[in-house]
Amino acid sequence: MPRLVSHPEEVKVVSKRFGQGAANIDRYIELGGYVSARKCLEQGPDWIIDEMKASNLRGRGGAGFPAGLKWSFVPKQSPKPKYVLINGDESEPGTCKDHLIFLHDPHAVIEGTIIAGLAIGAKLGFIYLRGEYRYLLKIMEKAVADAYAKGFLGKKIFGSDTEFRIITQTGAGAYEVGEESALMESMEGKRGVPRIKPPFPAVVGLYGGPTVINNAETIATVPHVIEMGGAAFAAIGSPRNGGTRLFSVSGHVQRPGVYELPMGYNLKKMIYEVAGGIRGGRKLKAVVPGGSSTPVLLPEEIENLGMDFDQVGKAGSMLGSAGVVVIDDQTCIVEFALRTISFYQHESCGWCIPCREGTDWIKKSLTRFHAGYGVAKDIDNIQYLAENMLGRTFCPLGDAAAMPTLGFVKKFRKEFEDHLNGKPCPFAKHVEMAVI
Amino acid sequence: MSPETMSIFSPQLAARFDALVEKYPVRRSALVPMLLYAQDEIGYLSEAVIAEVAQRIGITELDVRNVASYYSMLRFKPAGKYNVQVCTNISCMLRGAYDLYERFQEELGIGHKGVTADGLFSLEEVECIGACCWAPAIQVNYDFHDELTADHVSGLLDGYRGRARAGVPGDGSSSQGWRVEGSATHA
Repeated sequence: MPRLVSHPEEVKVVSKRFGQGAANIDRYIELGGYVSARKCLEQGPDWIIDEMKASNLRGRGGAGFPAGLKWSFVPKQSPKPKYVLINGDESEPGTCKDHLIFLHDPHAVIEGTIIAGLAIGAKLGFIYLRGEYRYLLKIMEKAVADAYAKGFLGKKIFGSDTEFRIITQTGAGAYEVGEESALMESMEGKRGVPRIKPPFPAVVGLYGGPTVINNAETIATVPHVIEMGGAAFAAIGSPRNGGTRLFSVSGHVQRPGVYELPMGYNLKKMIYEVAGGIRGGRKLKAVVPGGSSTPVLLPEEIENLGMDFDQVGKAGSMLGSAGVVVIDDQTCIVEFALRTISFYQHESCGWCIPCREGTDWIKKSLTRFHAGYGVAKDIDNIQYLAENMLGRTFCPLGDAAAMPTLGFVKKFRKEFEDHLNGKPCPFAKHVEMAVI
Repeated sequence: MSPETMSIFSPQLAARFDALVEKYPVRRSALVPMLLYAQDEIGYLSEAVIAEVAQRIGITELDVRNVASYYSMLRFKPAGKYNVQVCTNISCMLRGAYDLYERFQEELGIGHKGVTADGLFSLEEVECIGACCWAPAIQVNYDFHDELTADHVSGLLDGYRGRARAGVPGDGSSSQGWRVEGSATHA
């Protein structure tokens, strides 16, 4: 089992059943489970959406779109069936929160999916897990089977006349499938390439029907929103950022782990108090605040930084998937930038040329650079390539590759210059040979 | 596919596929899971696997290949019985994933996507596997091993050698999880 951590500063809402055996349906019910779904069944769609809007719950996948608003975009009447699709393709480097949700609280995902289905009038939901999460898929499959056996899923859920079914699905290895339109393509048995928007999935989604797509953490939060009431949930967080967030704190901290903290929690405190500070008595060099696609922040930029969508946005980065990657002063930023772009180059689906070519050329340039064969104009060239990817692709993967690259080049230009003209990397241990 | 038709899959998997294609609003939604489950049993996507999957879904073999080539877990050549996948992405890299990966290369005598001569192990450098807070992490087939150091490598490989001798199936999905001294394992 992956290690669970705990800290007195935590506010456990979504993680409150972690380590309590709640993958067992009876235990989940004993801990208050499936009460919210029953309540929603009684109250009806308008009430659910009002509570969700009041909660200020924003999408945990990374974009931070208000979940209640997203649900309200689905037309009430539709000639085509409507669907709920849960995105458990957790693949953003630095993020491992959904891993724990599927492991410890699979029924919260199911219950949230039922509630989303009730809110939009869907009869079928899909829970899509990345292919690598086979042992977690088995846990989800068992949980779904148990929910059917109890009559919580099926033709007449909870003894009502309402139908709702859930199908679990496995991916087979693709970061890009975490993007919602690519996720629908994969769900339909195709290559995971993105669709152009509009139309948005709420209007034309899976199999052409109106579809709500939510991240696994968002949907696992929904039963708690209903349980405590939208307003009470909103009150935990910061303005316009309701509730708590599962922060995956990784890298050079003393106590890495997934911590549940209120939205707007101070980043410096998260690193130094909650996660125990930088390991080995070293100093903080930089922090990636929201998964590898978010621009890096310097120590002076996190002094008073509250971790919510708006404040991190204002600081020039993004809260993203809340994967906080902490980097110490013995780390080569050029190597870190190279490893980051290598990932996006590998995962680019190749559909949009700026992303396919941009990631490839930045990777080639950084590889050569880090190996000591860089020239001064390479730095500007890397920046030029990244800037020309921004906003020019169907899906956000192009931006996800360009934004962190720009952050590294702009904030650590001196370190890039230190690698010029055959100078050996001051940190490097793992220099790859130039590929071109 | 009718039960009388010859299938290259085990009766259990064939029956599972019969049900799977009927489960979704459209048949081809079963395609990606089917390819992965077929690979788990056969070892890779052989010509015969692609032909039968295409027939079961009702699409062309070319269409199946087109989809299969997109997904990084799907392969067209056999891997080792135990496929060692070392994550070297940022969170793992910061905590020594490259040292770990180098040790695996030394111990196994193979590089990225190589297979040992006895067919027991293959090695892959992979992207983020969603175990960032328990880094560095690897997967052997579907088993996760967390918080490893290079010193764990030989013990871990010996554990799998022992399982091979004991005849434990190689797909990893039947694993009960076992522990390497000082590391964290879950499956």
